[in-house]
Amino acid sequence: MNDLIAKSAPAGPELALGKVSHGPSWLGLVGAAMCVIWLLVAIFGPWLAPHPVGEVISDNVFDSLSAAYPLGTDYLGRDMLSRILVGARFTVGLALISAVLASTLGTGCALLSVVSPKWLDEVISRLMDAFISIPSKMLALIMVSAFGSSVLLLICTAVLSFTPGAFRIARSMAVNIEALEYVQVARTRGERRLYIACVEILPNMLNPVLTDLGLRFGFIVLLLSGMSFLGLGVQPPDADLGSLVRENIGGLNQGAPAIVIPALAIGTLTIGVNLFIDRLSSRRSRRAGGH
Amino acid sequence: MSDLIRVEDLRVVACGERGEVEIVKGVSFSLAKGEVLALIGESGSGKTTIALALLGYARRGCRLAGGVVQVGEHDMLALSENELQGLRGNRVSYIAQSAAAAFNPAKKLIDQVVEGALIHGLGSRAVLEAKAIELFRDLALPDPDHIGQRYPHQVSGGQLQRVMAAMALISDPLLVVLDEPTTALDVTTQIDVLRAFKRVVRERGATAVYVSHDLAVVAQMADQIVVLNGGQIFEQSATAPLLKAPAHEYTRSLLLAARPDTTIRPPCGIAEETPLLTIQGLTAGYGNKNMQGMPAIRVLEDIDLTVRRGQAIGVIGESGSGKSTLARVVAGLLTPALGGLTFDGQPLGGSLSERTDEQFRRIQMVFQNADTALNPMHSVGTILSRPLKMYFGLKGAALRERIGELLDLVRLPRAMAERRPNELSGGQKQRVNLARALAAKPDLILCDEVTSALDTVVGAAILELLRDLRQQLGVSYLFISHDISTVRALCDDIVVMYSGHKVQAGTRQSFAQAPFHPYTDLLIHSVPELQQGWLENCGTTCGTLPPIGAKANVPELCTFLSRCPVRVDGLCNHTAPNRRIIDGGSEILCHHDSAELLKTQRDLTTMSLGAYA
Amino acid sequence: MNSNTLWLIGRRLGAAVVTLLIVSMVVFAITAVLPGDAAQQALGQFATPEQVAALRLKLGLDQPGVVRYLHWLMNLLSGDMGQSVSNAMPVSDLMAGRVPNTLMLAAVTALVSVPVALILGIGSAMGRGGRIDSFLSFVTLALVAVPEFLVATLAVLIFAVNLGWLSALSYASDITSPLQFLRTYALPVMTLCCVIVAQMARMTRAAVIDQLDSAYVEMARLKGVSPMRIVLRHALPNAIGPIANAIALSLSYLLGGVVIVETIFNYPGIASLMVDAVTNRDMALVQACTMLFCTAYLGLVLIADLCAILSNPRLRNQ
Repeated sequence: MNDLIAKSAPAGPELALGKVSHGPSWLGLVGAAMCVIWLLVAIFGPWLAPHPVGEVISDNVFDSLSAAYPLGTDYLGRDMLSRILVGARFTVGLALISAVLASTLGTGCALLSVVSPKWLDEVISRLMDAFISIPSKMLALIMVSAFGSSVLLLICTAVLSFTPGAFRIARSMAVNIEALEYVQVARTRGERRLYIACVEILPNMLNPVLTDLGLRFGFIVLLLSGMSFLGLGVQPPDADLGSLVRENIGGLNQGAPAIVIPALAIGTLTIGVNLFIDRLSSRRSRRAGGH
Repeated sequence: MSDLIRVEDLRVVACGERGEVEIVKGVSFSLAKGEVLALIGESGSGKTTIALALLGYARRGCRLAGGVVQVGEHDMLALSENELQGLRGNRVSYIAQSAAAAFNPAKKLIDQVVEGALIHGLGSRAVLEAKAIELFRDLALPDPDHIGQRYPHQVSGGQLQRVMAAMALISDPLLVVLDEPTTALDVTTQIDVLRAFKRVVRERGATAVYVSHDLAVVAQMADQIVVLNGGQIFEQSATAPLLKAPAHEYTRSLLLAARPDTTIRPPCGIAEETPLLTIQGLTAGYGNKNMQGMPAIRVLEDIDLTVRRGQAIGVIGESGSGKSTLARVVAGLLTPALGGLTFDGQPLGGSLSERTDEQFRRIQMVFQNADTALNPMHSVGTILSRPLKMYFGLKGAALRERIGELLDLVRLPRAMAERRPNELSGGQKQRVNLARALAAKPDLILCDEVTSALDTVVGAAILELLRDLRQQLGVSYLFISHDISTVRALCDDIVVMYSGHKVQAGTRQSFAQAPFHPYTDLLIHSVPELQQGWLENCGTTCGTLPPIGAKANVPELCTFLSRCPVRVDGLCNHTAPNRRIIDGGSEILCHHDSAELLKTQRDLTTMSLGAYA
Repeated sequence: MNSNTLWLIGRRLGAAVVTLLIVSMVVFAITAVLPGDAAQQALGQFATPEQVAALRLKLGLDQPGVVRYLHWLMNLLSGDMGQSVSNAMPVSDLMAGRVPNTLMLAAVTALVSVPVALILGIGSAMGRGGRIDSFLSFVTLALVAVPEFLVATLAVLIFAVNLGWLSALSYASDITSPLQFLRTYALPVMTLCCVIVAQMARMTRAAVIDQLDSAYVEMARLKGVSPMRIVLRHALPNAIGPIANAIALSLSYLLGGVVIVETIFNYPGIASLMVDAVTNRDMALVQACTMLFCTAYLGLVLIADLCAILSNPRLRNQ
């Protein structure tokens, strides 16, 4: 009888099917490529910039695209390419730092609340629920009105408004995993809470948590550039991509590249991230559907 | 006589990530009008895929790649989607596995039952509804005139399954396809549903294809049996010769595995007299606690149980009987509301935090679902090494050697230590699961439905392994199952639970012969046997229950009252039953004594005893 | 409707009120307690301690934060939202002039976006995996991902600058003809709709597909029910809850989007008032606007919750 078991293959093909994906997979690759390009720009941008970022180099303001100024000039006659190469560092950097902090904090709190006694879980969840019901733009606006705008404040604001969402998602995953039998086995084995949280639960939610981090990164980019666009984000002389749109808003009536290009730049960044994440998670759900 | 159904060289492919995989590899069979054909096989055998192909349907991600499926004058594979739409629910109909999921939760049952026929223009709504009510009556549904006005969640699972049969039969189809229609039901419900199915199928002369993994069920229903494995036919013949003299080795193994208690015998003389685990007056449940500390939903009521050293105790009952909760309490995952546990003379804490490391080590739990019992991120070696490091501080070569020994013990190759759980089959996972429990060198292993999620052949091998391990290591089992033959195959003593109460407890032998508790009687005689005609002769239930007045407001009334065939008006509904010892040495919770029970039970047992002798 | 459902609804209402209270505490703490001494800030560095102390007394800053919070909350509940420093007007009067404009913008956006989103969402769920679905899926993903000001600037460039059909600036006053109404609202509504329609359509698609994957839909197909009837009669009744949820959640997204859109198009609504207040650090106005937005947000989320409860067939048909 044992021979038969040895022969029987794991999981018949009947089960190894899932949803048929929507959208061709090269879109995911395009998304990944856009993410990588922006990451490289954020790291090396300032060295690649052909002109100093604050220098007025042209007499023509809102110049159109030309060989000398590939992306035109801004409202003072500064080189747009250089300004975008430098500004991307703020946009990508700030959002990345905030997203990583928010996800780490959210996931940490989620793990804590899942292995904690019920009352502590309740307290953490209530607090997070309250914070989640302040729309992120509102929170950012009152933070700026109270403390003035600075890079540190922007990071704090983004972390404060995106941690609860990360917490909520991580907690629901952790609760599901906690109910699984291998965690129950670990509990009846007498394992400590820290071990259960870090060794049994965390590795199994790492993938979705990273996906969530990517999505949150996209939202934070939108929030921070929105704030800069309102003039309440990154303050001059520094400028992120959102500030570039704001300072060149005067060129709107002429259809100047100086206003369209930074806006498009933000668009490519966030669309890239979303395409990549969308592809990753639909592939995962297909694989998960097989079991 | 020409065949009504003809399937020839049917091929179905699945589109996986690595291209197309053939999951049905050239299957051919045929079926005459009025006959019932069974497709039998284990998970992954392609039986459901073939059944759906009879309706010209393939699930998402699958494609009907070739062959002929002839139903009456229609070639199902050559028809357009529109033409198929006109045939489905009209000339060919389908009964799904889980009725609870297959009914739309937002619509009344009657609307769903007549919908197909109405679309196909088989009659006016009034005519069809009258026909549906007639079918409800034929299928022995309670209150046939009004049950259709209810919503799916207001009707029990067994009844829903019969309503679905009515839905399938309302168009007087040429062919009815039944896809594991009773698998999700408890045995005691299954027997009623089977009986109702069989009657309507025979009465209406319907041609049917019955898909199942259970040979005993198939033996009751089918004229022809097709044995499938891996998308191919291994054997096909009429039911009687196949059961008597199976030609293929695989069929033989299926037959053997179907009744483990006829092949496996528990070892005797290992159990000592010293008690290992004692449970006294245990009451537990879920939900918020009230003022007295009693939970809102009580799942276990006043349970007493003793597991002796080296003994295997089986706990059986249907879903909701509280048997798994009992294991969770012993494991420390659920704190009891009342009562206490004693382990090897020491009190055993109700919650995990009250237990000592030594107690953790000595009590190990093995869960039902091998898929979720192993952490998918850890390799088998890592999974096994954790208890070894924790309890014994093993390191390096000693650790590796011990992991090897454990894998030997559960009869897995040592190289398996490198693998991840998702690379293993169901049976292999369950063995790793067992090895992890054994790593702690426990005195007591709690087995919660360890074979239920496995195919019968694989499950039988696990049972054999459990038996051998007990002989070798002298470990005790608290073995929880819904299947009495599994329990009988492995355990010395058996406890029967019904809605949180222990209704009967006794030795294995005492469960071979009447008298039983009325529920035990129902349970034992509801398990289909591997012989044709059993369903017609077994005689359990289905009859009308003795009439009974309103329940008195007494807290501890018999919980089996509403289903009991031997209930007594004025006694059972007014006074709480006592525990009593009956002939054969079992303790039961009932008003009847041995003589009274024997009166109703004797005739039934003589026949079935033959099967276990 | 049975007691169980009522109890559930009551609990949600209670939870929403509690959350709103906590939100008000957070808002008050951030705007009035944490930033430090408002009197010192108002008078500047060179004020004498006596002057600062006098102003503190006048503003009630000598009292502990909890007392000030309760005082503020009581005033808020009685409709007294304080005095706007930069406008020298009562906050309530300022807001009363702006709220109708924003409501109008939101109402027009909702009226346009909900039907469009439902049609797109249900349509792409029905044609799942097909060309139209793939295309819509890409477009909605892109629209959800881009900032509102990108959509707004592109819309202005195309419709106002290149085509010259519409004016880039909106004025909500003195609308006399439908054409004028269209010219005023077209761009802001279009911008807001882009994002909201995309989001709503994606969520609707997911909700309908969730139902289409269920066993009862397969059963319906095997009964010979046509695809159209499956979606309309089987899947949709069960997807009402999730779809209502999608609508409410997407509309709550309006609250963030409206901040940017009102600013770009110089639309005299409550959000642009708030942005000005933040720039001028006009705290009373900021507090009032924030509380208004948070209340609206919580209200929408609450409606979504209630829809989910009420549409659950198990609860509805008890």
